[in-house]
Amino acid sequence: MVASDKITRGVLLSSSVLILLVAGGMILSLLKGSIPAFREFGPGFILSPHWDPTAGNERYGALPFITGTLVSSILALAICLPLSMSTSLFVAEYFDGSGWSKVISTMTDLLAGIPSIVYGLWGFYALRPVIVSLGLSDQGFGLFTSSIILAIMIVPYATSVSSEVIRMVPKELREAAYSLGATRWEVISGVVMPSARSGIVASYIMALGRALGETMAVTMLIGNSNRMPTGLFGPANTLASLIANEFGEAQGIKLSSLIALGLILFLITGLVNWTGKWLIKKIS
Amino acid sequence: MKKLLFLLTIAVLAMSCGNSTSQREGKGVQLVAAGATFPMPFYNLAFKKYGELTGSSVTYGGIGSGGGIRSLQDRVVDFGASDAYLSDEEMAEMGADVIHIPTCIGAVVIAYNLPGIDELKLTPGLMEGIFMGKITKWNDVAITEVNEGVSLPDRKITVVYRSDGSGTTFIFSDYMSKVSNEWANGIGRGKSLNWPVGIGAKGNPGVAGTISQSEGTIGYIGSEYAFAQKITFAALQNSSGKFIRPSLESVSAAASGDIPPDTRVMITNSDSPDAYPISGFTWLLLFKEQAYNNRTFDQAEATLSAIEWMLGPDAQAIASSVNYASLPERAVERAAELLSTVTYEGNTMKK
Repeated sequence: MVASDKITRGVLLSSSVLILLVAGGMILSLLKGSIPAFREFGPGFILSPHWDPTAGNERYGALPFITGTLVSSILALAICLPLSMSTSLFVAEYFDGSGWSKVISTMTDLLAGIPSIVYGLWGFYALRPVIVSLGLSDQGFGLFTSSIILAIMIVPYATSVSSEVIRMVPKELREAAYSLGATRWEVISGVVMPSARSGIVASYIMALGRALGETMAVTMLIGNSNRMPTGLFGPANTLASLIANEFGEAQGIKLSSLIALGLILFLITGLVNWTGKWLIKKIS
Repeated sequence: MKKLLFLLTIAVLAMSCGNSTSQREGKGVQLVAAGATFPMPFYNLAFKKYGELTGSSVTYGGIGSGGGIRSLQDRVVDFGASDAYLSDEEMAEMGADVIHIPTCIGAVVIAYNLPGIDELKLTPGLMEGIFMGKITKWNDVAITEVNEGVSLPDRKITVVYRSDGSGTTFIFSDYMSKVSNEWANGIGRGKSLNWPVGIGAKGNPGVAGTISQSEGTIGYIGSEYAFAQKITFAALQNSSGKFIRPSLESVSAAASGDIPPDTRVMITNSDSPDAYPISGFTWLLLFKEQAYNNRTFDQAEATLSAIEWMLGPDAQAIASSVNYASLPERAVERAAELLSTVTYEGNTMKK
């Protein structure tokens, strides 16, 4: 018994330390790789709207991509919110345990398993023509199109966690409210939502995190313009998409700038998670 | 648990050893090369054939020209490959003399999507106007003047460019810099550019897909991809004033002039009257002194013979079969001259 305990302990400890080492190593190598860029352009790197790879006139700034990343992800979250909120209430509160609920849950879980390239293809061949025919943009590429795809991609994450949390609200609470004569809506808004709040917020933070880092589907739809975005229907680019595009042929200061973009994305994701944790603590 | 891991490691090791011994059967030498993705279909086929003939194997990794140069610089490959020749500064950074051996010629075609319009003629002036965003409509007088008899629609022009760094973009921008001062001063040449207008798509397939799916678009695509895909492309006015459609012949014609001894030359906007103007060599790069990093004489000899084979008629025929223009005689001569200068521990390798 003692020996097996020791082994278990050892395995658990070493895996945890390994994860720590990997995360620490990633931060270190990102920091190290981005030093030349920050040395060359200073902290202004983050706020400069110019990304000019022209040889002899190279200057790099992260602002267009930070903007593209934040705008597309937050817009995606805004589109996702009503969709996933209603779906999770439908599945977990109104029709919990029914056949409908099972079908819808399975379908949303299925959406989570689709590779992002497939979302990209669908967006390219099906969604983009719709945007064009609505007259929203000339060729259908841009922030708005990628936000819609991102929203669809993150709906399953938000939905499955939120509905799980809603299910976990104790039956006794609901029954007590009903016995006092509350309507269904009053039960949802007055009892279920308040007690499931922190879990629901957590699910949306997770969904936002996923949207921030999404690469392939965005690259296929955002138009990959390295200038400051001028509108929701014009082309733009995100941090992850730019890195994926440019990494192969990048050298010298450009390579370092791309690594710096990676560091910025890492920090943004970290900040989102931290804000999420803080929010959860505050409301629960 | 630990025992299991250990066993697994042993198994993996055994498998990998088994693999390498089976590859080393016979007197073959294993060569590793890496670089440009543009000539990859040609290289893969040609090196495979070379392996069948000689028993040596060449593993080519299409990691991009930049990666190929880095790998050679780090001495982790036997030779590299690039779509752009090394600049003098880059040559100096390599730590030893590097020679460039051209293997084939590719081109960049101007593809567009205008339903019902199969023939479009473009002049250097129109190229500048369209790709710099000064001409914004397809029925602009500047375009209709050149294309008499073609009814161009009243549609916005959308430029599509490569969003990833690419040798195709390099050749395209090299041509643009030669024919347009405004382009040369404002945008210049490079593997990725600061585009004033348009949308980016990843890779030749991305650009081709975007163009084929969206009316009113125009963009540039590597010829090896465009020829294989039956894409509609424009005829370009070359430096002799002739409108030339890209084809293996017109691309090969771009290299028919004299070539400098080190073959480091861009053949865009060629003087040759039948040349398609956006053409370019792609090169294999190797160190002039082959004894480095404990490389054996056999390895050096195999490197030389593999590269030499790429210049021969068999390999050049493979190039044409996958839509690359073959090297003109003068380029093959120059390449052979260069290969004869390769040394091992200071001694010339070729008799």
